[in-house]
Amino acid sequence: MSGIALALSTVIGIPLGAALGLTRFVGRRLVIAVMYTGMGFPPVVVGLFVYLMLSRSGPLGSLGLDAIPELFTPAAMVVAQTIIAFPLVAGFTMAAVMGVDPNLRLQVLGLGATAWQATWAILAEARTGVIVSVVAGFGGIISEVGAVMLVGGNIEHSTRVLTTAIVLETRKGNFELAIALGIILLSLSFFANLAMLRLQGSSLNE
Amino acid sequence: MNESLFRLRDVTRRYGSRQVLSIDELEIRQGEILALVGPSGAGKSTLLRLLNFLEPPSQGTIEFLDEQIDPDRQPSLELRRRVTTVFQRPVLLRRSVYQNVRYGLQLRGQRDGAGQIDRVLEEVGLVDLAQAQARTLSGGEAQRVALARAMVLEPDVLLMDEPTANLDPYNVGLIERIVTRLNREAGTTTVLVTHNVFQARRLAHRVALLLEGRIVEVADVQAFFEQPSDPRTAAFVRGEMVY
Repeated sequence: MSGIALALSTVIGIPLGAALGLTRFVGRRLVIAVMYTGMGFPPVVVGLFVYLMLSRSGPLGSLGLDAIPELFTPAAMVVAQTIIAFPLVAGFTMAAVMGVDPNLRLQVLGLGATAWQATWAILAEARTGVIVSVVAGFGGIISEVGAVMLVGGNIEHSTRVLTTAIVLETRKGNFELAIALGIILLSLSFFANLAMLRLQGSSLNE
Repeated sequence: MNESLFRLRDVTRRYGSRQVLSIDELEIRQGEILALVGPSGAGKSTLLRLLNFLEPPSQGTIEFLDEQIDPDRQPSLELRRRVTTVFQRPVLLRRSVYQNVRYGLQLRGQRDGAGQIDRVLEEVGLVDLAQAQARTLSGGEAQRVALARAMVLEPDVLLMDEPTANLDPYNVGLIERIVTRLNREAGTTTVLVTHNVFQARRLAHRVALLLEGRIVEVADVQAFFEQPSDPRTAAFVRGEMVY
């Protein structure tokens, strides 16, 4: 579930960040301000927003469409996690592409690149920062508890995730189990970040 | 050498309300080396960006081969790829020298360019550094990579924006020899922006003086330096122009 949310955040966040970093348009500063706000959004408020949108009496839930996920389902949790993570991915990606020498775009276009090829070249140059953006998004998702608790309901074998399970077990006084789950969560995060570090390759050594 | 490759008519380029280029007419002939000289801010680099189709003209038309480019009509990708630029301060990709030289071929979907890449690396004297990280090179080496990545594409037109500025005599000599060879053997039309009038005299067939975005005079190299028709050209050649 977190993987799907991270994939969606990446698919939305990287192009958005690249567009904000590389183009100039009326209202760009406003969009950036909204994105920055999203980067620091309290997850529980995102959870509340998604809850209200998807509940049966909410603007989306009342439509009754198959494409709109129901509350207390993993799909609803993915929606909440994606909303939490994609501004982080977009914001860090924007900063990374803005750090690339602006003459690079002109020079690769001069070598015959299409606009897409030039954008891809810039993202490749900014890959250290772009991967940091994905790491930040992953961190936002995996550490999140308030939103998934609200929209998922912490239902056993369905919408219970490690963070919500830790909260539950702590409340029940099962500290050993809570600590064990915490260690599993940290280990998962460590190995996932290790994998992303490999993607950065030798660029970290430059 | 007499066939026209580029023909600019009533071309202007504006950034906001500031007009930086205004060319009534300019012809660039097939197979020539045209040097663009003039003080900083005269519009030389802007003109190169227009010739590489990196920017559209604000007004006027640029004829290149049989295609006409104006503010409303952009060149095809195929046409754009017949021209390339070596910039004064090359920005190389965070890859090896070899991969930087291969980059333009990859953009064109050419997978088997190893022979071409080896040949140009040999010519620019970078065979030993082929696997080195391009960002670790000196200024002269980086400029040679920039020249190699342009050469490997075998462009019809090579635009060079002060390619030897701040380079040592060895690198200047090497680059000048390559430019001359490309022109003589491959027939590469070259437009060279330079502040160095001696370089213009050594390399160019014709020289154009730009002042404040306008072409003051275009003439064969000998006439330009020995019998300039415009007093401003004469002042420039005598080194009396302050810039």
